[in-house]
Amino acid sequence: MSARVRGLTREFAGRRVLDGLDLTIDDGEFVALLGRSGSGKSTLLRLLAGLDDTSDAGVSGAVDVPGSVAVAFQEPRLLPWRSVRDNVALGLHRDLGTETPGTVADRALDEVGLTPRAGAWPLTLSGGEAQRASLARALVREPELLLLDEPFGALDALTRITMHTLVLDLWRRHRPGVLLVTHDVDEALLLADRVLVLADGRIGAEHLPGDRPRDPERLVALRRTVLDELGVAEDAT
Amino acid sequence: MSSSTLDRASGERAAAPPPAAARRRGPDLRRWISPVALVLLWQLASSTGLLAEDELASPLRVLTAAVDVTLTGELPEGLAVSLGRVLVGVALGLTVGVGLGLLSGLSRWGGLLVDPPVQMLRTLPHLALVPLFILWFGVGELPKVLLVALGVLFPMYLNVHAGVRGVDPKLIEAASVSGFTPAERLRHVVLPGAMPSTLTGLRLALGVAWLSIVVAETTAADAGLGYMIMNAREFLRTDVIVVGLAVYALLGLSTDALVRRLERTVLAWRPAGPAGADR
Repeated sequence: MSARVRGLTREFAGRRVLDGLDLTIDDGEFVALLGRSGSGKSTLLRLLAGLDDTSDAGVSGAVDVPGSVAVAFQEPRLLPWRSVRDNVALGLHRDLGTETPGTVADRALDEVGLTPRAGAWPLTLSGGEAQRASLARALVREPELLLLDEPFGALDALTRITMHTLVLDLWRRHRPGVLLVTHDVDEALLLADRVLVLADGRIGAEHLPGDRPRDPERLVALRRTVLDELGVAEDAT
Repeated sequence: MSSSTLDRASGERAAAPPPAAARRRGPDLRRWISPVALVLLWQLASSTGLLAEDELASPLRVLTAAVDVTLTGELPEGLAVSLGRVLVGVALGLTVGVGLGLLSGLSRWGGLLVDPPVQMLRTLPHLALVPLFILWFGVGELPKVLLVALGVLFPMYLNVHAGVRGVDPKLIEAASVSGFTPAERLRHVVLPGAMPSTLTGLRLALGVAWLSIVVAETTAADAGLGYMIMNAREFLRTDVIVVGLAVYALLGLSTDALVRRLERTVLAWRPAGPAGADR
């Protein structure tokens, strides 16, 4: 089991953002979480990432996550004063055997196609390159649970398509459990084994888009349903 | 069960975009036209007697005097003494300023205990302490060094404190979820993040250091550049006074250039070069 959440409630100053939420992510399962702005998607992700204090008075319920969790954020959040390679290698404390953090980082950078920029300063990277570096940083930690917080949200449409392929590729090779938080219905249906819709502080709906490659007609129908659940009226003209 | 916790990021700090690329051009010689013209005008005014010798010596007389005081050893000795005072004072002020800045920036209690008194004392113009310093420490080296140190302390403290507190909380979060230990967070995230502000503080501090030594040495001294200037005043040697002033200016300029070079090396990661590096 990559993650298990039971009866999770999170309140901020009396406002209930999560309300008795249950969620299970199996080993190696790719789960996408959709929700409107302010639906608590990021709150849930931060609790899973350990960035929100579970002992806070506003939190109740059980959050079980594996020891190795990695996160890729919407902004790449690279340290601008360290090279791309250092950004991937720093803070790596797992047992590397005979390898050094540097060689492990180089291999990860190769996997995301960033080898030529390994020595570059992060502020000189394009948006897509920086996001690749951020993915490499998450991957070298060999996470059992990989949390993706709208990692493609700030990218242009073409770069986003490339990144979708890359993420699927990396997921197939490393098989972490994945929770992808996103606004993008198409992205969720395309990438995930299971698509969840967060509403009123808990999982409101669950969809299985089926085997890959996806059946286009089924995707169109699912898209319709999910948009309805999100309260988006789409003009079908 | 994950147990790593962190203060929730309060408020979004937009990453400041780097300033527009500072273009490096060769020196534009046209910029020298007016300064050279001014010096020529000055020389002309002196030669025609418009400018009396005991008010302001001519550029040529100043040059001759510069050679003279160098050969007699008056200038090198004074320079060595003044430089020594500034070095010791700056070292002292840097140590205390950076130390207090880190203490109050990094720890909640440090901030609560250190920040209020430092903020109160900083409103005091430190040069106004000269009379008190002379009463306490006499006219020896100690009051001069302490005056420099005090002048350095406040800009360093303020900028280190602001630098540490201003580190992007999102970077700290990313470091935490990437498995950084607290020591690694400090070393790789917080301290480098505070570096740009710290170097700005250093530049300000060195400017204040030279100002402080001028005031300290021209008030009461028996050695140093200021002493040379005050001595020259006794004999109406305006040429030597101007030499002293020029040396002070050159010293200030060169320390500033030194810090700018340091900025270019340490902050090489900033794509457009350090902000404000080009005047």
